[in-house]
Amino acid sequence: MLGKALFLFLVFNLIFILADPAAGLGRVSAYNILFPGRSRLPYGDHPERAYNVSVLNLDAMFASHEIAAGTKPASEFRVLLIGDSSTWGWLLKPADTLAGQINRARLTTADGRTVRAYNLGYPIMSLAKDVLILDRAMRAAWQPDAVVWLVTLESFPADKQLFHPLLQNNPAPTRDLIARYGLKLDPNDPQFVTPSLLDRTIIGRRRDLADLARLQLYGVMWAATGIDQDYPADYEPAAIDLDPDDAFHGHKPPAFGDADLAFDALAAGVRAAGKTPLLIVNEPILRSNGRNSDIRYNFFYPRWAYDQYRAAMIAQATAQGWNYIDAWDLLPMSEFTNSAVHYTPAGAKLLADRLADAVTQLGKISTP
Amino acid sequence: MNLTQILAFAALSLIVGLACAWDRARVRAMRARGWVMLAASVVAVYWLQSSSPIRSLDFWLPTASIGLTVIVWAAIYAPRRAEWRAALPAGAVIIGIVAFIALTRYIDPLCCVTPTRPPDIVTVAFGGVIVAALIAGATLLFRGRTRWLNWLVLGVIAAFVILKLDVATQALSAVLRGLNGQDMAQASALDVRWLGFSYIAFRLIHALRDRVTARPPAPGKPAPAGLTLREFVSYVVFFPALTAGPIDRADRFVKDYRNTTVLPMDTASVVAGVSRILLGVFKKFVIADTLAIVALNAVNAAQVNATIWMWVIVYAYALRIFFDFSGYTDIAIGLGRLFGIKLPENFDRPYLKSNLTLFWNSWHMSLSQWFRAYFFNPVTRALRSPRETHFLPAQGFFRQPAFIILFGQVTTMLLIGLWHGITWNFVVWGAWHAFGLFAHNRWAEFARRRNASTDAEPTPQSPVRRRVVTVLSVVATFNFVALGWVWFALPSIDLSLTVFRRLVGG
Repeated sequence: MLGKALFLFLVFNLIFILADPAAGLGRVSAYNILFPGRSRLPYGDHPERAYNVSVLNLDAMFASHEIAAGTKPASEFRVLLIGDSSTWGWLLKPADTLAGQINRARLTTADGRTVRAYNLGYPIMSLAKDVLILDRAMRAAWQPDAVVWLVTLESFPADKQLFHPLLQNNPAPTRDLIARYGLKLDPNDPQFVTPSLLDRTIIGRRRDLADLARLQLYGVMWAATGIDQDYPADYEPAAIDLDPDDAFHGHKPPAFGDADLAFDALAAGVRAAGKTPLLIVNEPILRSNGRNSDIRYNFFYPRWAYDQYRAAMIAQATAQGWNYIDAWDLLPMSEFTNSAVHYTPAGAKLLADRLADAVTQLGKISTP
Repeated sequence: MNLTQILAFAALSLIVGLACAWDRARVRAMRARGWVMLAASVVAVYWLQSSSPIRSLDFWLPTASIGLTVIVWAAIYAPRRAEWRAALPAGAVIIGIVAFIALTRYIDPLCCVTPTRPPDIVTVAFGGVIVAALIAGATLLFRGRTRWLNWLVLGVIAAFVILKLDVATQALSAVLRGLNGQDMAQASALDVRWLGFSYIAFRLIHALRDRVTARPPAPGKPAPAGLTLREFVSYVVFFPALTAGPIDRADRFVKDYRNTTVLPMDTASVVAGVSRILLGVFKKFVIADTLAIVALNAVNAAQVNATIWMWVIVYAYALRIFFDFSGYTDIAIGLGRLFGIKLPENFDRPYLKSNLTLFWNSWHMSLSQWFRAYFFNPVTRALRSPRETHFLPAQGFFRQPAFIILFGQVTTMLLIGLWHGITWNFVVWGAWHAFGLFAHNRWAEFARRRNASTDAEPTPQSPVRRRVVTVLSVVATFNFVALGWVWFALPSIDLSLTVFRRLVGG
């Protein structure tokens, strides 16, 4: 009997290697069927408290999102929000995120459609990651009417583009992006994960498979509680007193080189959006008034680097004719939580109010 | 036990079982098996112990388990010089292992079997002297005074109460912290987690009570009637059953222990043992741990905002606790099988039973049998006895069968509840089942009398109707048990009531 079991186990593993069903399994989801889709893409550092788990399977991530539910109502003006953890809504309940605040405002376009924002932010600062998500969202049958892409300087450095396992473990779609949009990234970057034969067996994929199962099970708790993030009772607030360090990702003043920031990825995102109106937003950052705030704005940014970045963004947007809002100084220090880019609910509301007009204006250039 | 520990124990069991295949005479095989069982069990007591913020407690608690076991053995059998001489090899092995574990403090590559570094050797030696003195004292004190063993029973129960009562455990923690020169203000009930003591206590009480009531072994008789030191320690801290049972009986255990025909292991036994371990691992680490994600707990009980999902997480808890516990039991039984010990079954499809009595005959069976043997039966027997006592008249309400059953069931179930922890929630959980059992008992009695009083032949039920009634009974019983888990799983009455309110749409 043990011999038979061992034989069957080997056969199943062989079939698993040949068929590679793990990718397809991501599309099998109980979200939007047995329980409601999530308001944001799955991400969880403490799954048992957040009822949420990070997975590396893009199909599974999108299948668990509420945007994957059914067809778009005719009365809906569908807006996709792309960005990092500030867009995703770190420490914010789903209704308090930027998408939640926009939806709460019940905006309508000139032709009477109701603005419905979908939070496709993901807590990684990398424009390549944003393009990966945007490209996939645009190729799905979700019929977005507009895209709002929130960016910040920390997403631009070349060394940030492929640093996260989400990109490293999805080499095929990332290489595809590099090829299609001519991204200045190495398709043979050693950070890409190339699974060995053993890694492709059931044993080798056990962690991925377990994560897929856990994502489904946490759907029960998401449905039961509406919680999708760990909300600690207290947290360390964003740093106000800063180090007197003027370096940014190894760069020293006075200037970045041309290839130092991934404007190519930004252009790729614009191309990925195609004819769908796109609004690029330089997201608000904390501007410290503490120690060494004459050198740095905050933990992330020396003043010289951020000022140059802002100038470059405005120049690029003007040159390329992009819809662009520079909201960098929108929020007072009191509206940031544990990071220089994470907002309070009131901060997210202020940003939503700031974007409201621009979003409804996008309705004028979008086709229903 | 984690997967690594299970794998290590299974490998050890297999090696012993298979290695003995070459020993046709079985003599050396049996001897080796006994020693390996003893050594593995003593090591396991230390290896499985969880860490504690109190310095060296993860060494002293296992040492106390071993010491207490030897003290009880000495008290029960009051060995004389010849018996002590016979016990010398086992004693030497036990002392050798404990000393080696203590010495790993000084051997960095081997440190440590315990979760943290053991205390220095002088302190260990001092502890050893105290344990030796207690053993010698027990031997002298209880010789010829069998009834005095009841004081030891009370001592074990007292230790149990201290460990299960948060206030007492916290006070104990403060004392231990004080002795260690640690901050007493940081004392917490969670500091003192004595691995396996619940089960060790049951086995010790069983052995003590059987000795008092003159069940086998007969007093004064040497082995085979009595258990040798090696057998007794192996029985009490038998590593597969240390953390989660089942609670074996000493006489049954020793029958397998002395059975010379179990080795060399045949293929069927190996397959049965390994299969049972694999089944247990699957139940515990795949099903139960997965269900834990959605099972009721103290945090999500207050977060769930919809009736339907509250039912889902309550059911998930019911299934989780079954798969978790029965998974561990399967692993224990499988490991035992590889050593030629057939540990008793603990579960027999309990959620498929059609009434609460059958449920309790199939859920944690070794625990309910223990309570039946050492509490329920003696209590109800005493109440049924026509003898008049100071407290009870020979006749009257307290001698009515219904009262005797109610009293026996309530007290038994309350004790079973309190065994899990001395909290109001466990009291209510015990009462929930006690009254459920009583209600079923009365209903069964009513149905029996009604049938007996009817002259006419009972109308035969159609198979379909019988089937429907059975299915409905199973569903009702499962739901009663599942709702009972709401008391069991949560730390406070208020939170449990919140869950019940949500379950009915509140």
